[in-house]
Amino acid sequence: MTPNDRKILVIGGGMSGLTTALEAAESGAQVVIVERSPYLGGRVTQLNKYFPKLCPPTCGLEINFRRIKTNPDITFYTQAEVTQVSGQEGNFDVTIKVKPRYVNDNCVACNKCAEVCPVERVNDFNYGLDKNKAAYLPFDMAFPLKYVIDDSVCLGSACAKCVEACTYNAIDLAMQPQTINVKVGAIALAGGWDLYDATKIDNLGFGTVKNVISNMQMERLASPNGPTEGRILRPSDGQEPKTVGFVQCAGSRDENHLPYCSYICCMASLKQVTYLREQDPEAKASIFYIDIRSPGRYEKFYWKVRDDENVQLIRGKVAKVTQEPGTDKVIVEAEDTTTGDKVRQTFDLVVLALGMVPATKAMKLPLNISYTEDGFVIPASLPPGVYAVGSLKSPLDVAKSVQEGTGAAIKCLQSLGGR
Amino acid sequence: MEKKIGFYVCKGCEIGQSLDIEGLLKVATKEGKIPVCKEHDVLCSPEGIKFLQDEIANEGVNTLIIAACSPRVKFEEFDFPGCLTERVNLRELVVWTHEPNHEETQALAEDYVRMGCAKAKKADLPEPYAGDPIDKTVLVIGGGITGCTAALEIAKLGYSAVLVEKEAELGGYGAKLYRQTPRNYPYQVPEEPVIFSKIKEVQAHPKIKVMTSSKVESTEGQPGLYDVVINTNGNLETIKIGAIILAAGWRPYDATKLGHLGYGLSPDVITNIQMEELANKGKILRPSDGREAKRVAFIQCAGSRDPEHLPYCSAFCCMTSLKQANYVRQLNDGLAYIIHKHMRTPGQYELFYKNMQNDPGVMLTKGDVTEVSLADNGNIYIHAENTQLGEKVKFEADLLVLATGLVPTTVDDPVTNLTYRQGLGLPDLDLYDGFADSNFICFQYETRRTGIYAAGCVRQPMDIATCMEDAAGAALKAVQCLEHTAKGIAVHPRAWDMTFPDPFMQRCTSCKRCTEECPFGAIDEDEKGTPYFKINRCRRCGTCMGACPERIISFKDLSVDIVGSMIKAMDVPEEGFRLLGVVCENDAYPALDAVGLHRLQYDPRIRFIPIRCLGSFNLVWIADALSRGIDGVLLLGCKFGEDYQCHFAKGSELANERLGKLQETLDRLALESERAMLVEVAIDDFDRIPKIIGDFIARVEEIGENPFKEF
Repeated sequence: MTPNDRKILVIGGGMSGLTTALEAAESGAQVVIVERSPYLGGRVTQLNKYFPKLCPPTCGLEINFRRIKTNPDITFYTQAEVTQVSGQEGNFDVTIKVKPRYVNDNCVACNKCAEVCPVERVNDFNYGLDKNKAAYLPFDMAFPLKYVIDDSVCLGSACAKCVEACTYNAIDLAMQPQTINVKVGAIALAGGWDLYDATKIDNLGFGTVKNVISNMQMERLASPNGPTEGRILRPSDGQEPKTVGFVQCAGSRDENHLPYCSYICCMASLKQVTYLREQDPEAKASIFYIDIRSPGRYEKFYWKVRDDENVQLIRGKVAKVTQEPGTDKVIVEAEDTTTGDKVRQTFDLVVLALGMVPATKAMKLPLNISYTEDGFVIPASLPPGVYAVGSLKSPLDVAKSVQEGTGAAIKCLQSLGGR
Repeated sequence: MEKKIGFYVCKGCEIGQSLDIEGLLKVATKEGKIPVCKEHDVLCSPEGIKFLQDEIANEGVNTLIIAACSPRVKFEEFDFPGCLTERVNLRELVVWTHEPNHEETQALAEDYVRMGCAKAKKADLPEPYAGDPIDKTVLVIGGGITGCTAALEIAKLGYSAVLVEKEAELGGYGAKLYRQTPRNYPYQVPEEPVIFSKIKEVQAHPKIKVMTSSKVESTEGQPGLYDVVINTNGNLETIKIGAIILAAGWRPYDATKLGHLGYGLSPDVITNIQMEELANKGKILRPSDGREAKRVAFIQCAGSRDPEHLPYCSAFCCMTSLKQANYVRQLNDGLAYIIHKHMRTPGQYELFYKNMQNDPGVMLTKGDVTEVSLADNGNIYIHAENTQLGEKVKFEADLLVLATGLVPTTVDDPVTNLTYRQGLGLPDLDLYDGFADSNFICFQYETRRTGIYAAGCVRQPMDIATCMEDAAGAALKAVQCLEHTAKGIAVHPRAWDMTFPDPFMQRCTSCKRCTEECPFGAIDEDEKGTPYFKINRCRRCGTCMGACPERIISFKDLSVDIVGSMIKAMDVPEEGFRLLGVVCENDAYPALDAVGLHRLQYDPRIRFIPIRCLGSFNLVWIADALSRGIDGVLLLGCKFGEDYQCHFAKGSELANERLGKLQETLDRLALESERAMLVEVAIDDFDRIPKIIGDFIARVEEIGENPFKEF
């Protein structure tokens, strides 16, 4: 057995946290992962492809999940949060609260509970584009492959149809929250990010103008395991859009919303243009941008999309997104920042390139640390033995999350006292 | 180990309702000759696990064939210490994807049982590789910010590091800077360069040996057992090294190629590196006449993002020019003009950009520079169009700074000078514009040379803060490689794997296919030309096993014989079609599982065998299959080519090449080579798979039944 001071706590089971956890565990530490959602993998599980290689995130996750399955030094808790931390580097006492899943390890993912469940819920995994049942599997490649019951809508023991349907005794509607205490030597904070709330950006029409969607919704539409089985269809009538407008910096680089750049949105929109162009060789896309930010070797991906004759890049900040009267089309108005000319274009579908908000903006960690005005963790304020990784420190992409996650693992190991 | 095999079939998850369980037990007993064959209602339930534990304790079973769900689920439940577990996937591959209680479905399940029995009999429990004791010193090549940081991270973890720098002093380009761009919130002002304190720390650390004016002459051996010859001003010294961090850095793009931007026109057209040198003197004085520069222009992307020069963005130049504009304001009380195409200050660097935008002495505009010319007074004119200040504009500056980008050292020099059969440096760098980068977004430190991890600007264009993060990441991978090597287990992407290739060398014909094809250069040749396996370099993909025409390379749980036995165990009917699928276990196999989870149906006449990588696909299996009367062989592997997805780099591509060579063999047998084909699939392609299978079977049906059936 590894003593407690060889243990590391990783808060967050997304790409940053998973990487830190796995790299540390494969270097001799014991690791406890605490993840707020019912599955591991974080935001990348909702992406169709990664830029710039256009490969599916589940491929790397499959390797990572296999690393977890085969490694006895990793423990993880889903639907869990850290509520208390005391002590210091080398000897932290941590309290973890685990919400009831109402489904135990007997679950075989047979789907019987979902079949009989009478209650529907908004499918948060698909960013509200469809509904699923109160008893549900978050998505087909979920790890752990285990159903979960949403107690905010479940009718409870009054219904219990799922209990009856489950022949594996996997459902326990009386399951209680659990409190777990662990002692660890180091802590990695990798709480990740949330999508900026588009309804706060009045002029961009999200929620009021039909067929204005977020970039994450676009990922779900393009995913084979998404609400439309991988077809990009506009919400109002289920038709394939022939023209799509992408609004960059929707919230980001804007003093009224997010003063920083969200790092990923330029590359994400360029990538989403390739989804559209692959689906429909006739479809046209326009990207409204301030600067195209495709740093480093991402540049060539930008060139590939830019050189597509069905893609138009318009240098200008979007002023207004409105409904075309009497139709389901969307009007985008912008000012060309070079010429000062007004630009007005009509689209079948408009995608807002929404930025990222650190999870710590809404939910502070139970540690005495400082945050920027925008909610990012300030690394210099972290006590010894505590490290911040990934998008709660600054906006970044998957590659950089992996880079930071790997580096954080060596910092954690150093806190445990080296070899 | 003396094997006692038990066969256990689960009746849960519709298996019991959809299949004749008695029939399966009979196949395992009669044909598989498995001594203990039993059924259970739900094997993964607590009662089921208890039942299996009792079987191990009471029946002495140490090899379990679990005929239930996919090996990808309920992994821990069926993992019993000291026992070998073989999973027969009756759920995702059979009952969830085929018509219940149909004779074809039953035949499919029975074949999977036969194949599972065959494998359980041949496979062995893996034992780690017992190699020579290793040295855990890490060599860091390059003494810039990345190298210094990497050496310190390693030393702080208690390992020894040797830091080799080609120049006489540590520091690299980071030490030439007057200030560096801000790394910390609120990102308002440039910082003192961090490199000088790092150098002091490095020099003071007892675990770090610094070798300046030194280069790597040669690197021989394998992870844990490298002999590295260091050349210090002509003196050669051999040191024992366990792992290597390649932090050899970069050089500025050759500005003499930037004549179109005015370089060479006047001494007052300088690079951003020269600008740092000027700033370091306390006042920015024009090189031509020593006058204080009052109007300084900056042209961004000087060479970068230009198909004629560098096809990438150099990542730091926008922030650097903003920082240097700040020098102009602070040191000279001058004015700065920055002409850019896309200002790239990602993340919170935007806050620094904003701060500089708010400075009335800093003028920023988008624009395309059309010409740089000399004014009569010796000043420089910059002509630009499409600017935010007008369609055509002319700026006059008394100093022009070209924001030149970076070129990784690996473009000029292999640096590592490996004595590997496959070459001196890291392979495939042209795929990454010359950088020693990883191919994998989700695994940033993968190179095709185990034990060698690149970091910093030799890996990707990046700024100082990122270099420091990157150094820590590479340092972790280096020490992790040492610890895995010491234990005799694989490193990423099969970090759990205790198996290793074990060639039966007596039968080796020295054909060298394995040494040529190994994606990781793990196999060299001795003086006689006989392949020599350097196991510590091996990533366990099995490409050597697939390449070997003599079929002599085996792993404990995968060999040409094991898969051949599985193929031979299949029941091939005298009439009707029977097909074999061989699939990559990391991507195609999970996609097949997902087909099951989505309850999509496909043709029941094909049986799938997962292998660790299609690189381990041996052509003899096609001969095995066709000579048995199997009508066609379908390979499902990862995308290959420029944006390849194979985690062993070359596996699916090599399998495809081998298929290309099959023609001749099959012609001799009077068989059509179209009976075998490879289809590239990704892990999320579940929706495509039923059609891929259907199309392949239709193609084979068109060719007709295998004439060997009659024999």
